[in-house]
Formats: sequence, structure tokens, C-alpha cells
Amino acid sequence: MRIHPRYTQRGAIVILGGATLLTIIILLFIIGFILEKGLPVLSIDFLTTNPENMGKSGGIFPTLIGTIILPLLAIIIATPLGIFTSVYLSEYTKESRATKIIRFGTDCLAGIPSIIFGLFGYIFFVITLGLGWSILSGGLTLAVMILPTIIRTSEEAIRSVPNSYREVSFSLGATSWQTVKKVILPNALPGIVTGIMLSIGRSIGETAAVIFTAGSSLRIPDSLLDSTRTMAVHFYILAREGISAENAYGTAATLIIAVLLVNVSAYWLMNRFISKRS
Amino acid sequence: MITAFSAISILLLIALFIINEGLPFIFSYGLKEFLLSSEWQPQLGKFGIYPMIVASLWVTLGAMIVGAPLGVGGALFLSEYTPRSVMRIIKPTIELLAAIPSVVYGFIGVMVLAPIIRDNFGGPGLSLLSASIILGIMILPTIVSISIDSILAVPQSYREGSLALGATTWQTIHMVTIKASKSGIIASIILGLGRAIGETMAVIMVAGNSVNIPNSPLDSVRTLTANIALEMSYATGMHRQALFATGVILLVVIIILNSIASVAIRKRIARR
Repeated sequence: MRIHPRYTQRGAIVILGGATLLTIIILLFIIGFILEKGLPVLSIDFLTTNPENMGKSGGIFPTLIGTIILPLLAIIIATPLGIFTSVYLSEYTKESRATKIIRFGTDCLAGIPSIIFGLFGYIFFVITLGLGWSILSGGLTLAVMILPTIIRTSEEAIRSVPNSYREVSFSLGATSWQTVKKVILPNALPGIVTGIMLSIGRSIGETAAVIFTAGSSLRIPDSLLDSTRTMAVHFYILAREGISAENAYGTAATLIIAVLLVNVSAYWLMNRFISKRS
Repeated sequence: MITAFSAISILLLIALFIINEGLPFIFSYGLKEFLLSSEWQPQLGKFGIYPMIVASLWVTLGAMIVGAPLGVGGALFLSEYTPRSVMRIIKPTIELLAAIPSVVYGFIGVMVLAPIIRDNFGGPGLSLLSASIILGIMILPTIVSISIDSILAVPQSYREGSLALGATTWQTIHMVTIKASKSGIIASIILGLGRAIGETMAVIMVAGNSVNIPNSPLDSVRTLTANIALEMSYATGMHRQALFATGVILLVVIIILNSIASVAIRKRIARR
């Protein structure tokens, strides 16, 4: 039997539109649910006091420090590496076997699940290099994890700088490096910053790679070799071991707000960047 | 120049260290025994990961059944039926789903989804079914975002040609647009697949984690990733090597999947 095209058209709109609507409702539900349960717990006190009884009561202050310092360290390590790689890929070489290998490596690295990064960080930084469960091990592991994101977004930003800019710089007698430093990087900066922001967002929410490398100590760290606990790890432990549902919601709400703020500002930056270009 | 090889050298370093820790175990224990035996009893020196492999496959398949139709359907609707201005708001919103930490998804699964499944279908609630649904939701942003990009890359003239012949929008979609953007859509699904296989924390929270070959979607299961994360904190000696060996298997599967996806994406770019 052949159904009239008018009806298949209507059916398609209903089904496809339903899929879209369902996706959006799920998203709003997840954010709404966590905020509704978590916001009442959230207060200045909750953010600035130490946890008591393994997090059963009290605040989340030490995990806030861990959540700020680990991504920060990761960014400090990964940004220069990532930017140099992307400058090399887009400015210093033609497409060759070497760039293909580098791109394939970057793609593969981007697809590796975080638990594998956790395993690697544990065996390499924690055991082989003897750094122990520490901020340094965790930061290095996160840096490895976000490197592909930074390389990709920086490369795209650098490629979108119009060729005429390069030609003018070269015609003034500038070297490649001077052109990169004075012309290309300043113009690609918003795009590069977007990549960094997205990486920060991913590091803040990461659990599997962090729990085996930075540990889960609730003390406020004194040095880079001390263990620390991030909000995501804290939330995982609270929820999984059933320590306190209330504090788990509060931590989750803080986590979601932080991640959304970082990501929304990344999108805002990206849009400004795109509209400036066109 | 030296830094340019940072990514590839780190990839090699990761592979080297994980293989170095896991491969000797696979050789001494026997690959067949390791992959196909159903007994996982570390304290007795028995390390068969067959139940975990089966669980990982089922959970990933379940996530595909939930995520792929929703994701591709959403992508088609947003790119073909909605005005561009609306799509420009909704697409980043859906991409935000990807930014929500996986532990939060797991928590939602435990607090909301598992009780619903327990009350309506029976079983423990924390099950293959809950894990599939949560993972299906988690891979939606990947599928929607990459599918939209590849659908939008189909030249407008193809659509105009079809519409000019009197086809409806739906006929145009399933006879022209989908065919032209097929490789991109497949790539998006494969990347989602990779994410589903590799996901750890959310799965630990919702899948129940008992080592058994599931008979029904309502059974509690433990995936490969969950097995590593659950036992890593206290494993030593052979046991730890067995976990790294599990990591080797996972790494191999993921790299194969990603290579297929990147070939599919590149083929599309090359054709244009």
C-alpha cells in the first residue's frame, strides 16, 4: 500500500519534531532537577566551610580549591603545547605525511575514554615518576586529556585568519615567527580562548581521570605534591556511598552552574569571533 | 616543531605504558582464556572478562537504540524543518548537554530513572536498561551536532532540484538529503558509540555492577570500564595487570572505531 506523500510529510514532522522536543525536554529536565534540589542547599556558607564527617555535613571549601587548581594547572601545561602544535601544523608545513600522522594522533587522543587517561596517569605520573596521588599528577593527566581539544580549536582559529594578513606581514619583511607572533596569534586569540574555556569545562566535570591521579583527600593542599579532591569526585563519593543526598545535590548544583557558566561564555566568545570575521 | 609531535608522542606513551602493563598478563594468562572465560574471581586468580565484554556490547547497543534515532531525527528536524535562526539557538543548547559532567547523568539515573524502572518493570532498577537510557542521552549531543553539520553541508541545489520535481520536504529528506549526508551521519553515530563504550562513571552509578551475563534488560551488569574503575583502587599484582589488560582491549576497540569514523568524515570532505 502506498501512503499519500501529504501524510508521510505530516508523519515525518510529528516524529522528527517529537524527537527534537524530547531531546530539549531531557536537557531542561536534567538542569532543572539538579538546580531545584541543589539551590536550596547552596549558600556562601556551603561554599566556604570545610566538610564535616566525610562530607555528611558542612561545606565543600577544599573541593572548590581542588576544582580551581587542577584545571588551572592543566591549562598552564597544555596551552603552550597545543598552540605551538597548531601553529606548526597550519603555518610552518604543507600537508604531508607528518601532518597526517600528527592529525591522526590528535584525533585518536581525542577519542580515548577518560578511564584510560586515569590508568595512564596512575601508572606513569603516580607510580613511574613517583609523584604520588597529587595535584601535579592530576593536573598533568588532565593536560594530556585536553591537549587535542586545544590543538583542534587553535588550528581552526589560526586557519580562519585571512591569508591577506600573512601576505602583508611577509611583504614588510617579517619572518614567519614575527608574523605568527604579531599578526596571527592576536587575530586568532578569541578562537584559541574558546578552546581553552571548553577544556576548562571538561576538566571541571572530569571524574575518572582525576580520582586515580589526584586522589580524594579532603585536606586543603599545601603543595603541588599534596592530594586533593575536586567537586566532581566529591559529588561522586557523596552520591555513590550514600553519604548525604542533600550535600550531593548542593555540590551537583555548584558543579553544573560552574560548567554552564564556562561553556556559555565560550559560546559567547565564539559567536563574537565569528560575527567579527564575517 | 618538537612540540608539534607532543600529541602523537603522548598517544604513543599512553599506548606503551598501558600495553606494557597489560600485555605480559594477556600472554601469560592466555588471550582466549582472558576474553572468553566467564569467571572473574581475582582472589582466586581467575580473570575472565567475557561477561564484561557482553555487558559493554549490550549497553552500547542499547545506547544506540535510544540515542541514534532521537539524535538523527532531531538533527533532520532542526536542519530541514526549522528556521535557521531557531536552529542557531537550539543547536548550542543541545551541545551544552555534552558539557554536563558524566557523574551528574549517573546521579539522575540513580535518583530518577532507576526508581521508575524498578516500580514499573521490576528488577533492581540499576540495570542494563537504565545504563542504556542514560548513555543514550549522553551521546545525543555528539550525534545531533555532527549530523547537523553534515546535513547542512549538502548543497542547497540538491534540495531545490528535488523540491522542483514536486517532492515534499520529507521525500526530499529521505531520498536526497540523507543519502548525500550518509557518511557524516554514520560518523556521528560511530563517535557516539565510542563515547558510550568508554563512559565510566555514569555507568558505574546506574548499571548495578554485578558480574554476570545478562538474561534480560532488567539485570544488573558490569561493563569493561566499570570493572577497571571499581577495582583499580585496591588491585595489586596480577589483579592490577588484569585491569590494565582490560584497558588494552578497550583502547584497541576505541582506536578502531575512531579510525572508521575519521575515514568516513574524510571521505565526505574529499568528495566535495
